[in-house]
Amino acid sequence: MASQWMPLMDIAKDVQEGKLKASDLVETALKNIDENREYKAIITTTEARARARAAQIDDKIKGGEKVGRLAGVPFIAKDNFLVFGAETTAASNILKGFNPPYQSTAIERLESEGAICVAKANLDAFAHGASTENSDFFTTLNPNDKERVPGGSSGGSAAAVVLNMTPFALGTDTGGSIRQPASFSGCVGYKPTYGLVSRSGVVAMASSTDVIGPLTKTVSDAAVVLDVMAGKDELDSTTIDRQENYTEIDTDLSGKKIGIIKEYFNEGLNDDVKKVVNAAIDKFKDAGAEIKEISLSDIGMALSVYYIICPAEVSSNLSRYDGQRFGYSYEAATDLEDSYLSSRGNGFGKEAKRRIIIGTYVLSSGYYDAYYKRAQIVRTKLINEFEAAFKEVDYMVGPVAPTPAFKIGENSSNPLQMYLCDIMTVAANIVGIPAISIPAGVSGNLPIGIQLMAPKKADKQLLAVAKACEAIL
Amino acid sequence: MAKLSREDLLKLAQLAKIKLSEQEIEEFSAEISDILHYVEQLQSVNIDDLAPTNQVSGLTNVMRNDEVKDYGYKPEDLLKNVPKVKDNQIEAKRMIT
Repeated sequence: MASQWMPLMDIAKDVQEGKLKASDLVETALKNIDENREYKAIITTTEARARARAAQIDDKIKGGEKVGRLAGVPFIAKDNFLVFGAETTAASNILKGFNPPYQSTAIERLESEGAICVAKANLDAFAHGASTENSDFFTTLNPNDKERVPGGSSGGSAAAVVLNMTPFALGTDTGGSIRQPASFSGCVGYKPTYGLVSRSGVVAMASSTDVIGPLTKTVSDAAVVLDVMAGKDELDSTTIDRQENYTEIDTDLSGKKIGIIKEYFNEGLNDDVKKVVNAAIDKFKDAGAEIKEISLSDIGMALSVYYIICPAEVSSNLSRYDGQRFGYSYEAATDLEDSYLSSRGNGFGKEAKRRIIIGTYVLSSGYYDAYYKRAQIVRTKLINEFEAAFKEVDYMVGPVAPTPAFKIGENSSNPLQMYLCDIMTVAANIVGIPAISIPAGVSGNLPIGIQLMAPKKADKQLLAVAKACEAIL
Repeated sequence: MAKLSREDLLKLAQLAKIKLSEQEIEEFSAEISDILHYVEQLQSVNIDDLAPTNQVSGLTNVMRNDEVKDYGYKPEDLLKNVPKVKDNQIEAKRMIT
């Protein structure tokens, strides 16, 4: 395995001071990617543009010009981020060959601070999945055990960070797609408050829950990446005001009120996961945290709410792939109708089709009230429950997923079984609150993460507490 | 319990403009029925007179000035991903046959 990277700020500082060259960092990242090809974490590398950007930064430094605070730091973006000069497929056949004419705001903000995108990571096609097995191209292997999945949908990004390809990677989290692969692969995964990071230029999945976030080795690095990306963007009208900074996050756990989500510790929870999470909570208590059991009686409904609202929004968002304006188009179509039907029929993978059809069903006039509207009302109920809980505690803690990483193929023949992998992560998306997964222990050779959540817009406080937890785990 | 018949599924696929293979039709009617059965647990939740939540940004009516902004894109750039272009326009198959 490639050697561990320094903290992001240290890398950038050395680049700014001329001790490290951006070009060398890019070459190191590309070499790391090449040496770890067997894990199939990467869809495309962007050598040419990465080398050009690095040379630019090195020239600026030579000329005494100012460079950004992430100068020379290479990173990998999940392949649903639009990047200039790089094919963006969202791991789907229907978008194969798509070269975006514009770039996502997140990439823009990172690159304007000098970070350099060197590759695009594998995912479940359109981010539909929990293992990368739904990628239309290939399955990424877990860095700790090649017979197992890395988690998903940001599985390529998580594996890339764990394998030290680059110091950080970007992911998206619609129902757990950053936190669950972070837990399965063994890194930090941060899901910000809904609206905190612009989604302009990111392939849309379920717009009312999609968020963008970093996967890193440490909480401090995640905070730095968030700090660069966060805040309003005129190109995404759902963006919210940011906190002043996300990087001054030194605190300790004494007196911090943390609630244990009781319902997550039921018989469905794997024994090793339970042990690791309970041991972590004991350490938090020893460090002075006030631990209290919290009951969220309807949290068991979160997955059902999610698997109605998400496919409904997917069916709407994926209607743009019509074979006419971009992406795959069925050439032998007899007329426009056939072109739509065949382009979408041939171009979408099974999971995208399944979700579009479920979405079409729950939105259809006869079933709208019973499914979609009801899910939205239960969503309100969940929001109220979380609000009430956050009057008693400032943070909540629980497992990230019911099990450690599962074997490739173990859940892929049963879509409902695969959906159940999201059971402990979806609530944060439905409610819109920030949540983080940090490594907490192992089951044999498999990492297990612990999940922390905080009220909406308390991202800085959550990162601070997560950093304090990380220090004693 | 919701059970998707072959006819239901074909109708949904037609509405969603997706051609399904024979194998997909078979797999999907069973799998989607299972998923719909699972989410039916929401029927047991007491929803009183709560209002539905559409979005959680906390924002309402985000407005901007109605002005043209030049982001520097040329039509050729925006058309370069189009499967079929004719005279700088998107060419589609005939609609009426």
